[in-house]
Amino acid sequence: MSEPRKTRPIPAPASSTHDFIIIGAGVIGCSIARELAKYHGDCLVIEKEDDVASEISKANSGVLHAGFYMPPNTLKAKTDVQGLAMFKKLSEELNFEMRTNEKLVVAMDEEELKHLEFLYEQGRKNGVKGLRLIEEQEIRSMEPNINGKYALHSLFSSIIKPYEFTIALAENACRNRVRFLFNEAVTRITRHDSTFHVGTSEGNTFLSRWVINCAGVHSDDVSRMAAETGYEIHPCKGEYYITDKVEGLIQRMIYPVPPKHGAGLGIHFTPTIEHNILIGPSAQYISDRTDTSNTAETMKTLKTEIHKYIPGLANIDFIRNYAGIRPKLIDGKGDRTFADFVIEENKKVDHLIDLIGIESPGLTGAPAIAQMVVDIIGNKEDLKRNEAFDPHREKPVVFAALSCEQQAELIQENEEYGIMVCRCETVTQAEIVNAIENPLGVCSLDAVKRRCRSMMGRCQGGFCTPRIVGLLLDRYGRKPQEIYKNNRKSNLFCGLIKD
Amino acid sequence: MIRREVDVVVIGAGPAGLAAAVSTKRNGVDNVLLLERNEFLGGILLQCIHDGFGLHLYDRMLSGPQYAERLIEDLEKEDVPCLLNSMVLDIDKNKMVTVANTKGLIQIEAKAIILAMGCRERTRGAIEIPGFRPAGIFTAGVAQNFMNLKNLKPGKEVVILGSGDVGMIMARHVALEQGMHPVCVLEIMPFLGGLTRNKVQCLDDYDIPLHLSTTVTDIKGKHRLQGLTISKVDENLKPIKGTEQDIACDTLFLSVGLIPENELSRKAGVALSRGTRGAQVDNNHETSVPGVFSAGNVLHIHDVADYASLEGYYVGEKAAEYVNKGWDQPKRFPIQAGNGIMYLLPQLIREDCRELELKFRVKRPYENVRVLIKNGDVRLYQKKFTRILASEMQIVRVKSDRPLSDVTICLEKTDA
Ligand SMILES: Cc1cc2nc3c(=O)[nH]c(=O)nc-3n(C[C@H](O)[C@H](O)[C@H](O)COP(=O)(O)OP(=O)(O)OC[C@H]3O[C@@H](n4cnc5c(N)ncnc54)[C@H](O)[C@@H]3O)c2cc1C
Ligand SMILES: Cc1cc2nc3c(=O)[nH]c(=O)nc-3n(C[C@H](O)[C@H](O)[C@H](O)COP(=O)(O)OP(=O)(O)OC[C@H]3O[C@@H](n4cnc5c(N)ncnc54)[C@H](O)[C@@H]3O)c2cc1C
Repeated sequence: MSEPRKTRPIPAPASSTHDFIIIGAGVIGCSIARELAKYHGDCLVIEKEDDVASEISKANSGVLHAGFYMPPNTLKAKTDVQGLAMFKKLSEELNFEMRTNEKLVVAMDEEELKHLEFLYEQGRKNGVKGLRLIEEQEIRSMEPNINGKYALHSLFSSIIKPYEFTIALAENACRNRVRFLFNEAVTRITRHDSTFHVGTSEGNTFLSRWVINCAGVHSDDVSRMAAETGYEIHPCKGEYYITDKVEGLIQRMIYPVPPKHGAGLGIHFTPTIEHNILIGPSAQYISDRTDTSNTAETMKTLKTEIHKYIPGLANIDFIRNYAGIRPKLIDGKGDRTFADFVIEENKKVDHLIDLIGIESPGLTGAPAIAQMVVDIIGNKEDLKRNEAFDPHREKPVVFAALSCEQQAELIQENEEYGIMVCRCETVTQAEIVNAIENPLGVCSLDAVKRRCRSMMGRCQGGFCTPRIVGLLLDRYGRKPQEIYKNNRKSNLFCGLIKD
Repeated sequence: MIRREVDVVVIGAGPAGLAAAVSTKRNGVDNVLLLERNEFLGGILLQCIHDGFGLHLYDRMLSGPQYAERLIEDLEKEDVPCLLNSMVLDIDKNKMVTVANTKGLIQIEAKAIILAMGCRERTRGAIEIPGFRPAGIFTAGVAQNFMNLKNLKPGKEVVILGSGDVGMIMARHVALEQGMHPVCVLEIMPFLGGLTRNKVQCLDDYDIPLHLSTTVTDIKGKHRLQGLTISKVDENLKPIKGTEQDIACDTLFLSVGLIPENELSRKAGVALSRGTRGAQVDNNHETSVPGVFSAGNVLHIHDVADYASLEGYYVGEKAAEYVNKGWDQPKRFPIQAGNGIMYLLPQLIREDCRELELKFRVKRPYENVRVLIKNGDVRLYQKKFTRILASEMQIVRVKSDRPLSDVTICLEKTDA
């Protein structure tokens, strides 16, 4: 076996003034980072967790919405429709997986049908293509295993792996000289003449001409570090179940009619790229915006929806639960059902751009939102194209997706493709090594998991975790106490059994 | 692509697969190949460093590795070739076995296949515990692997969920390690999951508290586990409000069941049983796919490794017979499981069979019951139990003058 290799260190941040500091490495921060990399200027992304996509962007439905849910003439509707249209090209450039597997919003009776008609009309106004109202018989022929009388059929709704997309954006930004700093929270933003001083939890201060606040559920707090503008996030939890792989039960996303005055689109069933099914999300307003726990009551509620829509799912094993937090804004009238995205230069502090309340469809809208941010900057100063920008990210090898002949060839090239580390998803040691040695230099077990799918299958790491830990210890010289699940407080081990 | 032809291929080199490979060879098949994805032979045995193996097979108490050593010696004596670090990725409908290792992708054509892939552990997701999802939660087998094979200490204050044999053995293991402490063992059922002798030797001798009818209802700690809420459960296993109790701990071991690992069997088209989650087999341990056999934990979960090996020996003999003499696919009759029977094995009886070894488990502990096995109206076996446990697999031999074509098994209440 080869020499022990260390993961690539993150380059030390320059002491000079940056042009842009982005706070938060979710899908929004990473989209903006990559968009800015197309222009000259020095960009630093500061993230308090140990990896990109560590908060909302890892815990959502991963759905690219077609654009019929949002009221016309809102930023939500506009960025959704524009964003979706940009994904095909993005997936080709960045080599992440996207599947246009369509959606059915299902109505159980005439009353619910009215809501479908409303959504259809709204979609038409938003310029959404590929929408149709269908009836029971056609539902049956499309999806024999679901219940429903009427449905809104959306031809262009798609799925992605949200963390894979975010990682792809960040890796490509990184390759184009954007720098990422992890495990440091921004705690202070002050302005001296035209320069921001951005202070962090580690006692560092970074200087910048622009600050872009895309701190997700914390974006109101971050904004408040610079000025009080009155925005307040109301965290709203969405819990999920993940089932074991189920091929053939449903092809499309199956959504209910959105609950009236509800905080979300309703508990739905989303097939994933790897053929698991996500069931969720629930919607509960909570006080602690870091409370991503699963609750017994909600887990029960989620399960009752199964019987209503897809009874055949009741026999399938669950493999995991998770929860994400919607960063909700509540509009002036106290109406909890709708408030638009805030994407603006701060009203009190110029050169600070706030992105607040970026809940659903923020994942779909991310590419369009990033362009809006660049436009805001471009309206104030001349942005010069970076001719050296390379939009491509190399496709990581997914051994399991290859033909036998290709697999055999790979093993001849590199014998580590012949060592199976993850049994459920058939991930090889070569892929694990590639994930560990990622361009961002992040290296928790969750980071490895989101890059190559090990630990994500039905045995939830029972087989591969000891093997991956073995690699980290033996090949990369990690100490047992330095093996983390995700951030630095999540150590797996407290030492050796025998010294 | 490398191609090979063999008579019998055995997948998995745990106690079942090792025994099966040895027995196939001893029964006159020369061209046997054993495949194992680990870098060592012995399967789960190697991480079971406690005593408790070999009583049935060798008439003495051995540790897991010692027990494996004996089987491996036999394998060497019989000169059966094996490929280590070799993961079987696929078995297709024509019994073509695809294996990956560092040499390449190998396609093996076999006349017979013995499935001996063992099992995996049920996880937190499968049993749906609410709460946060921090580091510090391990399935017992993974914790055992870290502790015994990697010298890593998973935590200090350990709660064990599940009172099966594995859970109790792990509780004692924690008690014996310096700097680790078993807080308690929790069991959701109103009765012990494992063998009584294990409760005495593993829990009582080390003063480890056992709480029956109790489960984990909340997990605290956003990053590393910081504590649990546990609750009593009612007769429907639902937590009872008002019985919540907080426990401080930094580690949770889950020992909440094993699941036969039948992904490959499924790919091969083998029909599975709902009761065992293993293959449906007949009394030759032949599955629904002719020439494919199954033994050990992949067939049903064994509490004793010796029985997995005994199954391996038997299957080796049958696979050899299949290869050397061949047989037509006969008519098969299902065995009916009645009241109180969780599962039984085999599920099917071949035509003209008059003698049979039947294995079964009951659903829960029963007192004062009779086990009754009949062929049509004819009683073949009956035995009274003052106490019969779900944790103990029962093995019964039955004989009949007439072919066994209508066998039923059930429990009946008797007087005390
Ligand atoms: C349950 C749920 C389901 C959803 N489903 C969909 C869907 O199907 N389709 C869709 O289009 N959208 C969906 N969304 C919305 C979408 O997920 C979000 O809009 C998007 O992920 C928001 O990304 P973000 O980058 O703003 O936030 P995040 O991913 O949370 O990124 C913000 C980052 O900022 C960091 N940060 C915060 N404070 C600081 C600080 N002080 N210093 C440094 N770093 C900091 C955080 O650690 C975090 O990593 C869903 C959302 C939820 C909650
Ligand atoms: C913690 C613990 C304590 C125990 N204590 C005792 C005890 O005290 N006494 C006792 O008698 N029994 C005990 N047992 C039970 C006993 O170990 C099992 O019953 C026995 O190991 C089952 O044997 P097996 O061969 O079926 O499975 P395993 O031992 O699991 O072997 C299966 C083998 O197949 C291999 N394999 C699987 N899939 C593939 C593939 N696709 N390609 C290649 N190889 C593959 C696996 O790597 C493994 O080596 C204990 C078990 C555990 C977990």
